[in-house]
Amino acid sequence: MKIENIKVPGKLSKKEEDLRESFLRQLEVVPNSEKIKTCIQCGTCTGSCPVSYAMDISPRELIALFRAGDLETILNSKTIWVCASCYACQTRCPALIKITDIIYALKRLAMEKEIYPPNFPVHSLSESFVKIMNQFGRLHEARLLVYYFLKTNPAKLFSFMPLGLRMAKKKRIGYTASKIKDLENFKKIIKKAELSDMPREVIEKAYLEKTVGYSAVEKDTVLESKK
Amino acid sequence: MDYTYYPGCSLESAHSSYSDSVKKVFNHLDCNLIELEDWNCCGATAYMSVKETVGFAISARNLALAEKHKRDLVAPCSSCYTILAKTNRYLKELPEFHQTINECLKEANLTYNLSVNIRHPLDVLMNDIGIEKIKQKAKHNLNGLKIANYYGCQIVRPERGFDDREEPMLMDDLFEALGGVNIYFPFKVKCCGGMLMTTYEDVAIKLSKEIIASAVENRADCIVTTCPLCQMNLEAYQDVINKEYKTNYNMPILFFTQIMGLAFGFNNKELGIDKLLIDSEKFSDLVIK
Repeated sequence: MKIENIKVPGKLSKKEEDLRESFLRQLEVVPNSEKIKTCIQCGTCTGSCPVSYAMDISPRELIALFRAGDLETILNSKTIWVCASCYACQTRCPALIKITDIIYALKRLAMEKEIYPPNFPVHSLSESFVKIMNQFGRLHEARLLVYYFLKTNPAKLFSFMPLGLRMAKKKRIGYTASKIKDLENFKKIIKKAELSDMPREVIEKAYLEKTVGYSAVEKDTVLESKK
Repeated sequence: MDYTYYPGCSLESAHSSYSDSVKKVFNHLDCNLIELEDWNCCGATAYMSVKETVGFAISARNLALAEKHKRDLVAPCSSCYTILAKTNRYLKELPEFHQTINECLKEANLTYNLSVNIRHPLDVLMNDIGIEKIKQKAKHNLNGLKIANYYGCQIVRPERGFDDREEPMLMDDLFEALGGVNIYFPFKVKCCGGMLMTTYEDVAIKLSKEIIASAVENRADCIVTTCPLCQMNLEAYQDVINKEYKTNYNMPILFFTQIMGLAFGFNNKELGIDKLLIDSEKFSDLVIK
């Protein structure tokens, strides 16, 4: 992380404002998400994280960057995609910040805004998963791997062959997808849920904006570099 | 006692052995597992990371279906367990969100009134059935089998559930009672890498390697787990780990119900131990001398 890339609080670009609003909306569904303001930058999260060594921004830095007004850097980082969602940080955080759930919110935001770091196709896996689920109501593991590798790296499918064969020998591969019976109603639930907005806890949102200190920012402030 | 059973997708295919052994163990202890009619995939972490409301809505469909039966819902897969429990918790904590989800469920003439308890088999076995009954029902002693109890992430985190989040002990207590020896195993709640095995293989390989290395160093005969994904990562990728780190690991990775089943006198085939990729024959000989 280059220090000059951290934008100064109080000067938010239009994009940053837009991201921030969407992020706060994503956070609304996380109970007690306002705790993000209580971070004391102790680094327990980073120390507990088994994959922080592979991240470009550590979990501690992630919170600091959010508070410093640079969501864009966070969204472009490898960090949110390398998180294995093991919840070690969240259970140990002395300030009770829901770090893992916040990273989920960031993932959804990145997908919503279509900001992906290059060569990190984690979202492809999730999207393949969703596609199968919508079709069958249950997950078909073999299909998931095929969809995923076709999307990202078809050559990788071949390197899976030896393991696939070993699994097949032990009768551990399901060749046909299991389907739920009431697929029609299942799809109706999905359709309706897609339309439903997240509950907007307006008070919490306003509170969040105030406590992280950006409510005072003038709406039309433009970064020096973007002028 | 009767429970509603939620097998989950993974236990239908690659890990049918887990499902088989859970059922065998429960039946042996005079408990019935009644499969939830027309359950759907819980959505796992993948769905929630794309579309949260939809993820919760489809997960809640299972809860709504289960509610009719007024029994606790037992989910052996760690991921299903944690997602169903998370859905339950969120709907309880966010009344507005509960309302939104119920509106979605209404489309399928369902409604969920927050009354289902989500249980993991380990919790049920230790807290409902109890260690005394398990001991009584055991036919064999585990004869000092050296076990690395691997709980993984999802049954102990994020909220404090039925066991400690940093130092869970239920499996340790269980196998000690059955005559096993619990080795020192500081990696009992460390992450195996989970789905990173498909997306960032090098990272997941490293995490899994550390877990196996710790078990090997402490001379475990096997690693015992509660999670299908942990089982898969630790077992199926040992070849890759051996190649990458020039090691020579050959560690059996079993589900906790498989070891219990052996103590109860079931055979390899009944418990799906023959479906393991590593030395299953040799292994059961080791347990039952």
